[in-house]
Amino acid sequence: MSITDFTLAIEDLTVSFDGFKAVDSLNLYVDKDELRVVIGPNGAGKTTVLDLICGKTKATEGSIKFKNIELTRLSEHQIVHAGVGRKFQTPSIYENLSVYENLEVSYPKGHSVFGSLAFKRTVEVDTRIREIADEIFLGDFLDMEAALLSHGQKQWLEIGMLLIQDPELLMLDEPVAGMSVKEREQTAELLKKICKGRSVLVIEHDMEFVARIAHKVTVLHQGKILAEGDMQTVQNDPKVIEVYLGH
Amino acid sequence: MNFVYERLLGGKNGAIGIAILAALIFIILPVGLDLFRLNLVGKYLTYAFAAVSLVLLWGYGGILSLGQGVFFGLGGYCMAMFLKLEASDPVTTKIQSTPGIPDFMDWNQLTALPWFWEPFNSFTFTVIAVLVVPTIFAFIIGYSMFKRRVGGVYFAIITQAIALILTVLIVGQQGYTGGINGITDLRTLNGWDIRSDSAKYILYFINAFLLIGVIFLGRFILTSKFGRLLLAMRDKEDRVRFSGYDVSNFKIFIFCISAMISAVGGAMFTLQVGFMSPSFVGIVPSIEMVIFAAVGGRMSLIGVVYGTLIVNAGKTAFSESFPEIWLFLMGGLFIAVVMYFPNGIAGLWDKHGKKLIGCIMRMQCVTAVKGMIENKRTGKIGTASK
Repeated sequence: MSITDFTLAIEDLTVSFDGFKAVDSLNLYVDKDELRVVIGPNGAGKTTVLDLICGKTKATEGSIKFKNIELTRLSEHQIVHAGVGRKFQTPSIYENLSVYENLEVSYPKGHSVFGSLAFKRTVEVDTRIREIADEIFLGDFLDMEAALLSHGQKQWLEIGMLLIQDPELLMLDEPVAGMSVKEREQTAELLKKICKGRSVLVIEHDMEFVARIAHKVTVLHQGKILAEGDMQTVQNDPKVIEVYLGH
Repeated sequence: MNFVYERLLGGKNGAIGIAILAALIFIILPVGLDLFRLNLVGKYLTYAFAAVSLVLLWGYGGILSLGQGVFFGLGGYCMAMFLKLEASDPVTTKIQSTPGIPDFMDWNQLTALPWFWEPFNSFTFTVIAVLVVPTIFAFIIGYSMFKRRVGGVYFAIITQAIALILTVLIVGQQGYTGGINGITDLRTLNGWDIRSDSAKYILYFINAFLLIGVIFLGRFILTSKFGRLLLAMRDKEDRVRFSGYDVSNFKIFIFCISAMISAVGGAMFTLQVGFMSPSFVGIVPSIEMVIFAAVGGRMSLIGVVYGTLIVNAGKTAFSESFPEIWLFLMGGLFIAVVMYFPNGIAGLWDKHGKKLIGCIMRMQCVTAVKGMIENKRTGKIGTASK
C-alpha cells in the first residue's frame, strides 16, 4: 500500500457479514484540518465504516491507514493510542460517575492497570478537565452525576471525553441527534472550533446541520461511495437526490 | 496524612464506619462472647474476606463470580497442607505402614509424599503459596475468559463449573487431598498449638487485623482511578475500551486481587477451625459468599462484613432449631435483597439508618430539654412553696 499525506486513507475496504457486503471496496481519504461529513440512507454502511476504523469490527479486506499506520491489525485500545477517538451513536457516558469523573477517566494518562492505581489528580489534570468542560458548555455541571444531564448535554459530554484525549482523528456518529435547535447551533460552533489541528469525520442526517459544518461531504449507498464533493455539488447530484435526499 | 485519610479511610464517613467495625470486632465481640462463640465469629469473619473480595469484583467490577469458594479453598488447602505435614512427623505416625506421611495417604496405599506436597514443609513457602497459588489460578481463568471477552452470565456459569470441577477433583483424588473428609486433625503451627485457648484468641485477632487490612486495600483500589474505571466498565464497557484502555487487563487484575483476598480468608479459616474440606470449595459455599455480599450490600466494603456476620449468625441459630427451613429462608432472603433492597444492609443504612439516628438524637435532645424545663418548673415551685 502506498504512503500518503492524508491523515486517514481508506483503500479497497470491504467487510462482509455472511456474504452481505456492508462496506464494499470503499476508498476514502480525509485530510488534516478537514471536517468530513458522511451521509447516506439507513443501512448504507456509515456506522460500519466507523466501526472498522476504530477496530470494533474487523475488515474482511483492504486497508485503513491513519498517519500511515495500518489500523486493521491493531486492537481497539492501540488504535485509540495512535490518536483516533470515536463517539457512539447513542451517548455513551458513565452514568454512575460525575461529569468531572467522566472526563477524568477519559484523561489520557494511567491507561495501564498499575498506572491507573498510581494516577493522581494533579493541577495539570484538573486544569485540563475544567478547560474541556467549559468548551463543551458543562463548566457549571462538573459535580453533577452524568445520568442527570439532558440528552444534548450527554452528547456534549461524550465529545468532551474524546477532546480531552486530543485525538488527531475524531469520529462522531450523529452528534446532534436529539438536540434542540439552540443546542445544534452550539454544537456546530463547537465542531468548527475543534476541527482545527485535527481531522473530523461526522455521520449526520440533519442536512441543515451538515450544510453548516461540512468542508466536504461523502454520500454512501449500499457500502459504496455514491458521490463526494462540497455540499452544493452533492445536493445537486441526481443520483444522490434519487436514493437519499429525494425521500 | 491526607493520603491515609482520603484514600484508605475514605473520608469522614468511611473513617467512622471503619472505627465502628473495628470497635465491634476488636473490643465488643471479644469482651462479650465466650471463646466458643468468638471462635465461631472468627470463622464467619474468614468468610467476610470472600465477601469483601466480591465487593471489588461484583459490586464495582460487575463481574459475578460464583466460584470464590475455589480461591477460599485453595488458600485454605495450602495452609492445611503445611499444618498436616507438621502433624505427621514420623514419631506420631509410627503406627502407619509408611510413617512420616499424612494419615490419609497411608490409608490410600501411598508410600511416599507426592512431589507437590514437598515444598509445604516450609512455612515461608506456604505463606507465599496461600497468596500466589489462587492468584495464578485466577489469572489463568481470567486471562482465558476476559481476553476472549467472555463476561456476564457466561462467566458466572463457568466459575460455578470450576467450583464443581475442583470439588470433584479433590474428592476423587483421595490419596493426595484427603478426599471428602478433607485435611483434618491439624495441631500445630511451627510447634505452636493452634487448638489452645490462647492460640484461638491470637488467631482471632490476627484474622480481624487482616480483615481490616484487606478493607483498606479495597478502599485504596476503589478510590483510585482504577476504581472509577471499574464502575465505568460495569456501565459502558465499550466506551472504556474506545477510550484507550485494555479492558481485559483490568478485569484480570481485579479477579486476581479478589482471589488473593478470598485465599487469605481460607488460610485463616483453616487455622481457626482446624481443618479444611471440599465442602468449603464447591458451589454451595461459593453462592453463600455471594449472598453474604448481597445482604451486606455489594457496594460497601464494610457492609458486607455485617452481612456475613448476620447471615451466618442466622444460619447457626436457625439450623440449630429448624434445620429443614434454613435453606428456604436463605433463598427467600436472597430474593428479598434482590427485589426490595438491592444495596443490602449498607443501602438501608444509608437510606434510613442515618435518619433514624438523627431522629433518636433529636428525641433525646427534646426529652432532655423537656426534662430541664420540668426541673426548672419543679425547682421554681419548690422555691415558691418555701
